[in-house]
Amino acid sequence: AETAGEAAELPVLNEKLTAFDDIAGYNNFYEFSTSKSAVAAKAKNFITNPWSLQIDGLVNQPRTFDLDELLKIESVERTYRFRCVEGWSMVIPWVGFPLSKLLSMADPKSQATHVAFETYYDIKQMPDSGYAGIDLPYVEGLRLDEAMHPLTLMATGLYGKTLPNQNGAPIRLVVPWKYGFKSIKSVVKITLTDKEPPITWNLANPNEYGFYSNVNPEVSHPRWSQARERRIGEGGTRETLMFNGYADQVAHLYAGMDLRVNY
Amino acid sequence: MTFSTDFKFHRALFVFHGLLPLMLILVDAWRGNLGANPVEFVTRATGVLSLVFLIITLLVTPLRKAFGWNWLLKQRRLLGLYAFFYGVAHLLTYLAFDRDWQLQTVVGDVLKRPFIAVGMLAFALMIPLAVTSTNAMIKKLGGKRWAQLHRLTYVVAIGGVVHYYMIEKSDIRYPVVFGMVVVLLLGYRLANRPKPLVRTAK
Repeated sequence: AETAGEAAELPVLNEKLTAFDDIAGYNNFYEFSTSKSAVAAKAKNFITNPWSLQIDGLVNQPRTFDLDELLKIESVERTYRFRCVEGWSMVIPWVGFPLSKLLSMADPKSQATHVAFETYYDIKQMPDSGYAGIDLPYVEGLRLDEAMHPLTLMATGLYGKTLPNQNGAPIRLVVPWKYGFKSIKSVVKITLTDKEPPITWNLANPNEYGFYSNVNPEVSHPRWSQARERRIGEGGTRETLMFNGYADQVAHLYAGMDLRVNY
Repeated sequence: MTFSTDFKFHRALFVFHGLLPLMLILVDAWRGNLGANPVEFVTRATGVLSLVFLIITLLVTPLRKAFGWNWLLKQRRLLGLYAFFYGVAHLLTYLAFDRDWQLQTVVGDVLKRPFIAVGMLAFALMIPLAVTSTNAMIKKLGGKRWAQLHRLTYVVAIGGVVHYYMIEKSDIRYPVVFGMVVVLLLGYRLANRPKPLVRTAK
């Protein structure tokens, strides 16, 4: 169970959950398709078991987890806002465990400052991935303190069910105060490192996507206004909140940083 | 009366088929079949439809020349008006649902987002073409000047494709295909432009 201290840090979210069909039917998963409504069908036969998740790099206990070991880690239910850089948002009841739990099992070395993530990639299972227009495998990264933050989750399910393939089965990252593309799907590798790792969308278009990519209504984007968002399932738009509404929990991580420069 | 001379029948056929995509969108909207993000879908659909009708408009001349379908020319202004019509629908969707009618925010959006600036420009260039699409305006301007003015369609088509290309994050297949079609259609005109009467000696 979570300690009282951890639980106290978690914000209470009194917002209507996004419908399961919308969460599982509107997906950015470019390995399968660049059409959000096509991903679910194309990912239908994606093999998620057996699975192996390797943790290596600057750790004292490099190790590889199989799916059973991952599913044995005690899970919690966490309802988070999910804000896509494209200007839409959802409220998703995830099932998973804090990433810190997983990283602690590998015992990071003291020199480690960052965490790099990699998505499974196999052109045979992802025949349309050549049209994605981004380099694959998909890679993402966090600073170690962001990775160890209690809000940062490794999700294995949603709505109390096993994670649908199109949502990043069998295990994905969820970082609720960052734009959705930071929450890398179908993770096969986690590497502790002492430098900022490359991230896919930054490599594709460095002017548009920064390493941090914290949800920030004040930093504009050349394609989408980030001041407001469209909640899937609702009419109209609503204001986007600083750090996606998690400022009380995470703002201290960026104290003294110019968030316009470190976007 | 043969098919190629029945103007009224052609007109009815073109009017109906021009409205068909709008009717399909409305039926889907009414039945709640526009997907998880209906605004995004309708914005995309109306934008693509505007571009499709621009391309059909640009197809009239090559088809007429290749197959002798002179009757097609009488429907060209209608096709162009449909490009404008879906352009208006595209703009209204953006203003109503993306901007929530907060029109003062549009200026900032145009300045900050180059793809919106390009789209707005292409749309603005369609306005004089739509306004001058009546018989009375052709008479008033004179056929030659009218034809010159309406070559702006070429610029609108290029602007539309560039606008489409710029919004795509990474998968550029659709705008590239549209771009190739526009290049072919404009290339056809370049290759078949009237030759100057006096040729300079080599």
